[in-house]
Parts: sequence; C-alpha cells; structure tokens
Amino acid sequence: MREITFSEALGEAMYEEMSRDPTIFTYGEDIAKQGGIFGAYKSLLGKFQGRVIDTPISEEVIFGSALGAALAGMRPVAEFHFADFLFTGMTAIANQIMKFRYMTGGQAKLHLVLRGPDGISKSAAAQHSESIETIFMHIPGIKVIVPSTPYDMKGLFKTALKSEDPVICFEHKMLYGLKGPVPDEEYYIPFGKADVKREGKDVTVVTTSRMVHESLKAAANLEKEGISVEVVDLRTLVPWDRETVINSVKKTHRLVVAHETWKRSGWSSEIAFIVQREAFDYLDAPIEKVGAYNVHIPFSPPLQDFVVPDYKDVEKAVKNVLGGI
Amino acid sequence: MEYDKEFLQGLYATMVRIRTFESKAEELFLQGKLPGFIHLYIGEEAIATGAMANLRKSDYITSTHRGHGHMIAKGADIKKMMAELYGKETGYCRGKGGSMHIADLSIGVLGANGEVAGGLPIAAGAGMAIKLQKKDDVVIAFFGDGASNRGAFHEALNWCSVFKLPVIFLNENNQFASTERVQETTSVANISDRAVGYNIPGVSIDGNDVIAVYETVKAAVERARSGGGPTLIEAKTYRIKGHFVGDPTLYREKSEVDEHWAQEPIGRFERELVSMGLLSEEEKKKIWDAAKSEVEEAVKFAESSPYPAPESALTDLFVDDAGYDY
Repeated sequence: MREITFSEALGEAMYEEMSRDPTIFTYGEDIAKQGGIFGAYKSLLGKFQGRVIDTPISEEVIFGSALGAALAGMRPVAEFHFADFLFTGMTAIANQIMKFRYMTGGQAKLHLVLRGPDGISKSAAAQHSESIETIFMHIPGIKVIVPSTPYDMKGLFKTALKSEDPVICFEHKMLYGLKGPVPDEEYYIPFGKADVKREGKDVTVVTTSRMVHESLKAAANLEKEGISVEVVDLRTLVPWDRETVINSVKKTHRLVVAHETWKRSGWSSEIAFIVQREAFDYLDAPIEKVGAYNVHIPFSPPLQDFVVPDYKDVEKAVKNVLGGI
Repeated sequence: MEYDKEFLQGLYATMVRIRTFESKAEELFLQGKLPGFIHLYIGEEAIATGAMANLRKSDYITSTHRGHGHMIAKGADIKKMMAELYGKETGYCRGKGGSMHIADLSIGVLGANGEVAGGLPIAAGAGMAIKLQKKDDVVIAFFGDGASNRGAFHEALNWCSVFKLPVIFLNENNQFASTERVQETTSVANISDRAVGYNIPGVSIDGNDVIAVYETVKAAVERARSGGGPTLIEAKTYRIKGHFVGDPTLYREKSEVDEHWAQEPIGRFERELVSMGLLSEEEKKKIWDAAKSEVEEAVKFAESSPYPAPESALTDLFVDDAGYDY
C-alpha cells in the first residue's frame, strides 16, 4: 500500500470531500496562501478558488461564524491555529456552537468542523503546546476526534465532513510528518470505534494521538521482557468505544490509560471510572494513568521532556499494574 | 409621508402586537406563571418593526436576550413563543431554551442569545454563507449598547468589513447595559462613531421613530444586497422597563422613565397617523383588539399544552447520538 503523511492524509480528505460537496469551505489564519502553519493544507493551495480563506486573527468570529455559516446551509471547516487559542474564542464554541442545537429544541443540523494542531512540539512552551481535548469531552455538544495515524486521520476526517453534528479534530503537531499506509480506495471511519493497534494479553493501554506511538514503542520494549501489551487507540473521545475497552480489560485484567494532557481530571479519569464500574470483577490491579505533570508545558528541552509523558512512563505504568515487576 | 396607509398601519400593528405580547408576558411573569426570567422590549418596538419591514423571509437575523420583538417582527408564531416562555412541549424549543434561546430557522431567525454580543459572530458566518452561495440575502445583527463594548463586536465589524459581507449591525442603544448607563461604560458619545475604525458607514438615528428606522435600514439593506458590505446603525431608544421583569431599578428615578415614556414609539407614531388622517379610532381599536385576542389565544395554547416529558431532556443534543454517554 502507498504511504503518505498525516498531513497529506488530511489534505486528501479535504480535497475529496470538497470536490464532492460544494458547501464545504475552510478558513482560518495562514491557510490559503501558506497551507497552514504546519502545512496541513498544502495540497489545497491554488485549488477551490474562494473556498479556502485567510482570515483576521479573530478567534471568536472564526468559531462563531462557523455556527452562522452552518445555520445558513454551508459546511464550514474552521481552523483554530493552535489548540491553546481555542480559549481565545472559547465562548463561541462552549456557549454557542455546543449549545445551539440543544437550546433550540433540535432545530438545527450543525454540520461544522473545527480543526487544528494540539500537543507539544519542540519547546513551543506553555501557550503553544496544550492538549485540551478533555474540555471538549466534558462540555456536551461536540464530537471529538483525535487521530493518531495517516489512515485514521483521513478516514475520520472524511466522516467529520459528512457529519450533521459539530466535530472538533485535534491533530498532534508531532504527527503531521508521520508516514503510514493509506489505501487508494475511498473509505470512512465511523466515530466511536476504537482500533486495537496492537494485540496483547497482559495489560491494556488505552490511548490516543501521539501517545499511541509512545505506547506502541513501550509495548515493543516490554515484549522483550516477556510482557504482552494490548494498545487500544480510541480514535474518538465523543463518542468513545466503551465496548472495545471493556472487552480488552476483560481479557487482560489490567488497565493503563495514557494521554499527553494533564493527569489530573484528564479524560483518563472518565475511562478509568467507567471501567472500574463496568468491569470491576475483572480487574486484578488498580488502574494506572499516564499524563503530564499538573504544571504548564515548560520551554527548556529537559524541562519539557520531564513534564510530558513518553514511552518510558507507559512502561513504568504497565509494570506498576503488573505489581512492580 | 409618501407611504400608503396600509403599509403605515402595518407598521403600527406590528408594534402593537409586540407591545401586547410583552405586556402580557410581564403580567404572566408577575403572576408567577413563567419560570426563569424575561427581558422586555417595551419602548423599543420601532426598531424591530422598522428594520424588519425591509426583510424577506430568506433574510437572516441574529437577536439578543431582549428578543421577543425581533421574533414577532420577523414573522414568528406567537403561540410557539408563548409556549416556550411557559416551558411547554409545544414551544419553539420544546421547553429547552426559554425566552433567551428562541429561534426559528424556517424564517431566518438564527436565535435570540443569552450572551451579550453572542449573535454577532453568528451573523458574520451567515454573511459568509450568503456570499459563498452568491445570493442577495442579508443579515441584520441586533445588539445592545453593552454589546458594543465586547470583543466580539469589534472582531465582527472588522471581519465583515474586510470580506464585505451583507451584514447590517443594528445597535439598539436603550441607554442601559443591565444596570449600567451607556455613557459611564462606553468611550464614544455615539456607538455609530465606532464604524470609522472599521471603514464602514455608521449612522445614529432616533430609534423611537419607526419611519426613520425603516428608511435608514432600507438604505443599509440595499447597500448590502448589492455587494456594498456592512453598515453600523445606532438606533437610540430608552429601556422603559427594568433589565428584567422584577428589576428593582435602583439606578434611576421614576421621573426619568416618565419623561421618556412620553416619547415611546407607539403613541408617537399613533399621534402622527391620526393627525394625518391615516388612522381612525375604529381602525386603532381593531388593531389593538386583534393583537389582544391573538395574544390571549397564545396564552390559552400555552396553558393547555403539556410540559415536556422529563426524559426528553436527553434529546436534541446531537442528530446522531449513537454511542453517546448521557
């Protein structure tokens, strides 16, 4: 199978769906002429005249206008530039987009997508490194997709572009350049279906995004020590695939939930709660969480590396749930 | 006045319908029949009425927390509005929104809004859609004086100016943002002065003069329909009632309100029409009676409607809720 990058996969999804559906248009900062700050839209450069738009740095209008455009029959894809700047226009999302359909008694189909980069990169520091997907899982009203591979990026994003509900897509900065197999044939990945990225029998690691790759690396290392790790990539957080997670835990009897965001009240807490309630009798050990320390992402490389989790933290957590082997 | 009698009486009748609805809503609220809180449009009816007389059904508006008048003038169903105020299943939002979240997408009302200036980015988006669809519809974004101090206002004006979007920013300066006076919280004497910063036309008018509103908005709508971009209009009015029903209004004297009451738009327009021989006592009575019985019907409809089933609270979040944790 051919291999393309995560970024190219996004571009292909956009290209195919924009060709199919004339109501799709996309806008944000630095996208029409530059192709996005991380080049995610490079494949759209010069195409779709008037439907790829550079905008002022006006986050509240970038997000709020997506709602207005959807209500007026378009299918907007608004870019948030950096996940940190979702906060800048957060009211348009949390008070308007996420509430509109519910508040109005289901009058509207809100076919709109918010997308952009999140997560750490090389010393981007505290205001350009956030992983805040948990917040969008906490507040009702938007579907949350968190792809980890080019294949998932394309398939999930194509589904997002056909969704009748609002979707937010978090694309980890460190993944844009990642290559992976993507078929020539068209495909869509439904929301709420996890993907078992690696089968194993001793411990389940539930994860998303960049931490999928850290978890796979940890699993490969642990295999050498005779520990078999199953890596479950949730792919979407709203909705999330309870069934696959529970079934995996019933098989392995041990669970680690790994994400890049802060450990405290990160989405791992929700997964852990549901698993202890639904599969309490199957658990042979307390559930472990992997996440960032509860401080901001610092600048200096050794500080960033210390705060943000990687494969070593996953390995440690797996060993902990195995009783400190 | 160069307008025909039917048109002028139509404006009068719309203002009367709004006033009648609002007076009834106030009465019902004070009787404890309506949950939550409501914000009345009494004294500001000329703005919604004059503005909306320029719109067609396919045009959009975004409204505010003080939105009943906008809804009625755009052609909303008063029964469904009243039922929503009661929190009933037959209301516009099936009881999920209440007064501040009424919307009717079928007539282009993209929602009242509980957030000050919350509708302005939405209006900008509808404007983008119209432009991309190559239509000649327009959007009127209603907002209060307080909203002009929010970032969303400034972002939206710049945005719509840059993209030359068919959006009319119609400011209802009723002199009060909640309990605060506009002159104590706003850096300009006229909110329309802010148009200069965004390179668009700005004009301030007497918002209690329904014909002035009609004509000013007409020019802005024509400009927007023909690709000329946005306009900022400040319609100066006065909030006769408190911020919400039950507001003790400790921030002003009754004498100030009385003074403004003499200038309220319905009485004023009525005096003009009567003096020009365009409204007889009989016609006037007919208009008020029709409004009264329409509102009474709406109350009956609302009161006889059922409350929503409690478990229906778990509907209307998503179109497709497969796999969703309620």
